[in-house]
Amino acid sequence: MARVVVDVMPKPEILDPQGQAVANALPRLGFTGITEVRQGKRFELEVDDSVDDATLARIADGLLANPVIEQWTVRRVAE
Amino acid sequence: MSRIGVVTFPGSLDDVDTVRAVRLVGAEPVALWHGDADLRSVDAVILPGGFSYGDYLRAGAIARFAPVMGEVVAAAGRGLPLLGICNGFQVLCEAGLLPGALTRNESLHFVCRDQPLRVDNPDTVWTSRYARDAEIVIPLKHMEGCYVADADTLRRLSGEGRVVFRYLGNPNGSRDDIAGVTDATGRIVGLMPHPEHAVDPLTGPGTDGLGMFQSVLDHLVAA
Repeated sequence: MARVVVDVMPKPEILDPQGQAVANALPRLGFTGITEVRQGKRFELEVDDSVDDATLARIADGLLANPVIEQWTVRRVAE
Repeated sequence: MSRIGVVTFPGSLDDVDTVRAVRLVGAEPVALWHGDADLRSVDAVILPGGFSYGDYLRAGAIARFAPVMGEVVAAAGRGLPLLGICNGFQVLCEAGLLPGALTRNESLHFVCRDQPLRVDNPDTVWTSRYARDAEIVIPLKHMEGCYVADADTLRRLSGEGRVVFRYLGNPNGSRDDIAGVTDATGRIVGLMPHPEHAVDPLTGPGTDGLGMFQSVLDHLVAA
């Protein structure tokens, strides 16, 4: 068994209005110096040893992310 | 009589209005269920609006894998006319049948209004009843309606006349004011506004939406 983390982020060229809204809220709360916020998604998968990296890539590219607008990274993390 | 299927997913909202619109133009509506891998010999399919599977993950992302969608994709490949309205448009983009994607409205607000549109392409199976550049009013209501695609795709869509409808007064930040697009054959069309809500003056802003249902019926009768 292993834990796999898949991070999904909007592509740099895709407008991220949610991230912008968060960025605009920060100065109102007194936090300064944050020039940009991008908002994405994090998935945590518990997988057994039969799941190889190619399969994880198909899962990320085929379902967890929409490659038209999003990019993804997959990494195995220690328990 | 021409049979037009309307798919109901868990969370579909506008399947009943769509069935009514199909009936109003004189076609036979056929209810299709997301879990059935069977299109019941229909001559065309409409994916209606709503929030299929709660819009979990992304709007349309789960519906794309519904059993019925395997048949829909296969039939569309054989030339079956296919229309996606709102959530149905999102499903068609997620399924790769139409280019681009629908993202959160630029305003981050849900929009609900009677929306003026321009008909850019009256040569599709679903828009032949309209005049080129006709201005029509169709209701829209959505949270994820901002149409995006990479610059090459946007250039190609406009260059090939595959933008079917453009907003007059952009409600959601869509690139190039795109409200609806078609595939290269003109048989698969998706749009965010709801033509099925503009088929009766009693319940909508007018009857400008009827043309879409009449158009496909013309096509089916002539075929």
